[in-house]
Amino acid sequence: MAYSDKVVEHYNNPRNVGSLPKEDPNVGTGLVGAPECGDVMKLQMRINPDTQVIEEAKFKTFGCGSAIASSSLATEWVKGKTVNEALSIKNTDIVRELSLPPVKIHCSVLAEDAIKAAIGDWKKKHGEEVTEADTARAAHE
Amino acid sequence: MAIKLPIYMDNHATTPVDPRVVDAMLPYFHEKFGNAASRNHAFGWTAEEAVENARAQIARLINATPKEIIFTSGATESNNLAIKGVAEMYREKGNHIITQVTEHKAVLDTCKRLEKYGYEVTYLPVAKDGQIDLDDLRRAITPKTILISIMYANNEIGVIQPVDEIGKIAKEKGVFFHTDAVQAAGKIPVDVQKNGIDLLAITAHKFYGPKGCGALYVRRRNPRVQLASIIDGGGHERGMRSGTLNVPGIVGFGAAAELCQNEMPEESKRLSGLRDRLKEGIFKSLDEVYINGSMVHRLPHNLNVSFAFVEGESLLMGINDVAVSSGSACTSATLEPSYVLKALGVGEDLAHTSIRFGLGRFNTQEEVDYVTKRVVDVVTRLRELSPLYEMAKEGMDLSKMNWKTA
Repeated sequence: MAYSDKVVEHYNNPRNVGSLPKEDPNVGTGLVGAPECGDVMKLQMRINPDTQVIEEAKFKTFGCGSAIASSSLATEWVKGKTVNEALSIKNTDIVRELSLPPVKIHCSVLAEDAIKAAIGDWKKKHGEEVTEADTARAAHE
Repeated sequence: MAIKLPIYMDNHATTPVDPRVVDAMLPYFHEKFGNAASRNHAFGWTAEEAVENARAQIARLINATPKEIIFTSGATESNNLAIKGVAEMYREKGNHIITQVTEHKAVLDTCKRLEKYGYEVTYLPVAKDGQIDLDDLRRAITPKTILISIMYANNEIGVIQPVDEIGKIAKEKGVFFHTDAVQAAGKIPVDVQKNGIDLLAITAHKFYGPKGCGALYVRRRNPRVQLASIIDGGGHERGMRSGTLNVPGIVGFGAAAELCQNEMPEESKRLSGLRDRLKEGIFKSLDEVYINGSMVHRLPHNLNVSFAFVEGESLLMGINDVAVSSGSACTSATLEPSYVLKALGVGEDLAHTSIRFGLGRFNTQEEVDYVTKRVVDVVTRLRELSPLYEMAKEGMDLSKMNWKTA
């Protein structure tokens, strides 16, 4: 399968690879996917509780090049955004940006889920009400 | 010597045509282009002579007689002809066929079609090493069994089945034994007499011959196997396979078979040496790597490895100057991970991380060393990116996690 230039670029130079301390009250962690399905994404964000701004984002992904690129792009996009702005990112935005073919759309869905799961985890730590969408695929414990 | 990129190491999929084979074929396109079925002029006689010469070369490779070789378009057709041909011809004797789960789709899907027409098929399981259990085979045979179809060696994991024993059991029970020998022929000694094989499928392009040219060996005595044809027409190939013969292809097929036979002892030794070098290089530098299938009963040029915590397609993308293949779902048309690995009991998580290396005649030691280094570098990089590797290193049991899947 031929990959778009943007997917190849993210694969070769993934942004924001790494981990944040999961116990940190200001860090939200989203872990979505399953090894049996061939895709697991871990997305973490450090969120300023006063401004609700995502100050730092890190990811690690087990998956194909498109999954790696989708999560790399997600970290780039959420950084500097408020929680509410980040929640408005749609998988279709990722599909468009990376020119993902139909068989790779699930990679973008997983990235959107990871954003929601990470924010949901952070909200839970802060005793905020978590909507169903937030927890639909919330982080593992 | 400088290495030429990309490197081809997917010789189970196909092989490059040996330049000596190309030389043998060339006169049969323009100069000696006759139809081998033209009995009344020199063009036809020349073509026929070339075909008969190739038939003898191919027969020698598997210790058959030339009359037992039927030319086809490739091994998919040969497998179809063997299984459907026996099924139809011996319908009155019985309707039961035995095969096994790691066969190529050319066999499995042919059997599935026959099931629709009222045949019964037993799919034997394989052990963790990829071989069938001979007691399972014995138990599966009934008075209605007309055919056992078990491959010689597997295309993904290179595991060789116990063909001698299968041949003996088939003979004892009076059941025909068909084998898909596509991956084995030309690579390891295949002997239809010693192995007790009644039908055998091969194809030229897996052993440095051209594509679109295969053969079916059909035993003529002890016992004589009869087949109903699946392609009807001019009655070529003793009525078993009509259609004008692909003369240049067949000439190349024959030349390739002869080269394989002559060079096999040396070539298999060289390739198993390279394969072991590749394996050792990988295992020396990486932890959590697993061989799929038996290392003892295995083709000399095959290596199939799972690199835990690194998804196969992303690994292929990283080693994009090396042509290999993966059992990952993402690389298959069906989006399912390899059914062969699944049959061995390899978990789906590890099946997604598998890579098949298929060494061939034109691979060099320098290429093997280059590929080893590339694989080790990319796996290392992707593991730094892998949440699973991190979790495993933290001591978490990934199999006990409650994964939330999309």
